[in-house]
Amino acid sequence: MAAPLLELENLIVHFKTHRGWVHAVDNVSFTIGKGQTLGLVGESGCGKTTTAFSILQILPYNAHVKGGDVRLKGRSILRDSVKEDGTIDPFNENIRKVRWKEISMIFQGAMNAFNPVYKVGDQIAEAIRVHYPDMSEQEIWKRIEELYDLVGIPKDRIMNYPHEYSGGMKQRAIIAMALALNPSLIIADEPTTALDVITQDRILGEMKRIQEETKTAMLLITHDVSVVAELSDKMAVMYAGQIVEMGTTRQIFKETAHPYTEALLGAFPSIKGDKKKRLKAIPGSPPDLISPPRGCRFHPRCPYARERCLEDEPELIKVGDGHYSRCHYTEELFGAGQGGGA
Amino acid sequence: MTDENVEIRDEVVLQVRDLRKLFEIKRSFKEVLARRPILYVKAVDGISFDIRKGEILGLVGESGCGKTTTGRLVTRLETPTSGHIYFHGVDVAKLQGKALKAFRRHVQMIFQDPYESLNPRFTVMQTVMEPLLIHGIGDTYDEKLEMVIQALEDAELKPAEEYLDRFPHELSGGQRQRVAIARALVLKPQFIVADEPVSMLDVSIRSGVMNLMLDLREKYHLPYIFITHDIAVARYMSDRMAVMYLGKIVEIGESDNVVFNPSHPYTRALITAVPVPDPDHKHGRVQIKGELPSPINLPPGCRFHPRCPYMEKGICDVKEPELVEVAEGHMVACHFARKLYEEGFSPSEGAEEATQA
Repeated sequence: MAAPLLELENLIVHFKTHRGWVHAVDNVSFTIGKGQTLGLVGESGCGKTTTAFSILQILPYNAHVKGGDVRLKGRSILRDSVKEDGTIDPFNENIRKVRWKEISMIFQGAMNAFNPVYKVGDQIAEAIRVHYPDMSEQEIWKRIEELYDLVGIPKDRIMNYPHEYSGGMKQRAIIAMALALNPSLIIADEPTTALDVITQDRILGEMKRIQEETKTAMLLITHDVSVVAELSDKMAVMYAGQIVEMGTTRQIFKETAHPYTEALLGAFPSIKGDKKKRLKAIPGSPPDLISPPRGCRFHPRCPYARERCLEDEPELIKVGDGHYSRCHYTEELFGAGQGGGA
Repeated sequence: MTDENVEIRDEVVLQVRDLRKLFEIKRSFKEVLARRPILYVKAVDGISFDIRKGEILGLVGESGCGKTTTGRLVTRLETPTSGHIYFHGVDVAKLQGKALKAFRRHVQMIFQDPYESLNPRFTVMQTVMEPLLIHGIGDTYDEKLEMVIQALEDAELKPAEEYLDRFPHELSGGQRQRVAIARALVLKPQFIVADEPVSMLDVSIRSGVMNLMLDLREKYHLPYIFITHDIAVARYMSDRMAVMYLGKIVEIGESDNVVFNPSHPYTRALITAVPVPDPDHKHGRVQIKGELPSPINLPPGCRFHPRCPYMEKGICDVKEPELVEVAEGHMVACHFARKLYEEGFSPSEGAEEATQA
């Protein structure tokens, strides 16, 4: 079997702070195939953005890679830039070639991602120029016109400043910029969080269409399970720095196999279905990652927690075809990979 | 609008009639010299609704539709340009000074961002006790403290003693919002305006805060205006729902009626656009075009007509539609409301393949 497009293997990234080590990403593994979309879901502070940043190695100076590897098309892109003490050299030549050309990113709060004093077109052109210094100006601007066509912004807006764009248009322009170099993977970090519902709906529709056209793979990071349900084939749920459940989107929604996922799905009000049913609240709040709970990290908030959960840290257990859950009692609680859903 | 027109019913806590708020746009010195006419942003442009005791009214709309301004007008943080707000039959729209302060005791507001709305240098006790000091409630310190503790316990910060001396930075987002709720409750208000109280909170915390607000409604028969951009949250929280578009209420009615048979094209678009947490859900396409027009230069006729898929020339761009009753208590401001209501609506309208009910 050919190597998958992106492969994370037991990635461990901790931050050194004056209070101690923050266990932001602990043993995270997943793969994304060509053209696939993986939705990474979790609450704020669960490590999902850190995971994304470690793929591109744009972590803050106090981040230490404690283990694991990131491979792009079978080749490690992490090993070369990790120094002996675990910190990352952000200027490593290998990763600089990968950034944007192979893997690009739509940042959280993309509305403010453009430099306000440069024209949008110039900012996109710059990204192309850096990676293709030999490309002629004519070709660059032709490419930008193509991109504007693709994301659906009129071409006469290329030379506008960011403040002349509406929120939805800025988001489209950001997507155009991410696509500028035909990357094989786009990391989208909360791509629609700041947008109104109707604009969000349109942008999600565009992203789906563009992805089908360009066959770009995507890592979609969000706290909103409904966005994932709409866009992605595979899904991973993160809690306190670990992946607690992973599988296809269908498996996770229909054959839920982890108490946290069950609680998360149950916490969303729906416009369909019975209103009188009270939403289930998850008691407590997410743990402090400096001293994550012993045993299962979810046990202090888990309604099913037993003695074993307090001491014994669960592994990711296979519960179905490509479906994994990090819970000791997954079979007992949810049945072997079927039924029991939210 | 005369006072005689307004029925005064016991159970109605708040009646809003034809409320309007215009914000003037500042002119530069040059523009004043050039006699540029004064332009106004019509933030709230003639809205009316009632709230009964123990009822939650959801106010839904996109950013810039005037929902927050409505909340601020009702609590009299802003003074309306025209219109009436009857609180237990008394018009509070033009109150000033002492009378305004007395009114404010009875209405409280919960703000969106609990990281901004709490003073970082106040302990929880100071924050929650402040309203009591302002309004001179409670004779002794112990009496006040007891009220503070009661309010904190009502907001499910138990045991309250444990939270009294903490500062906001020592609390999680959900706990902070509960402090903000306790601060609103401590005055035993008769009415609360909650402006996007859960949109800054994490998913797992959000449902806890929403359930708390529902419990408090049950316990004290407190009416709320619940302002949100998320129609699913509005449906969960509210008994009745009002959908706003560019300063107007375009549809108002029982929440389930509005969600299951939306009869205004804008409401339909809003509901279609909501992502559904179900991989089998076939998503309909939103059929409305373009973007929100500027509230300075409103389109003539129906303000939704430039984006509306049902627009008919000669009607929609000429005459502004009034709210018409399509079913009991279900009012829609559209020329074709009756027709749309009778046609019915399915949220997966326009989906590539029509599947599942």
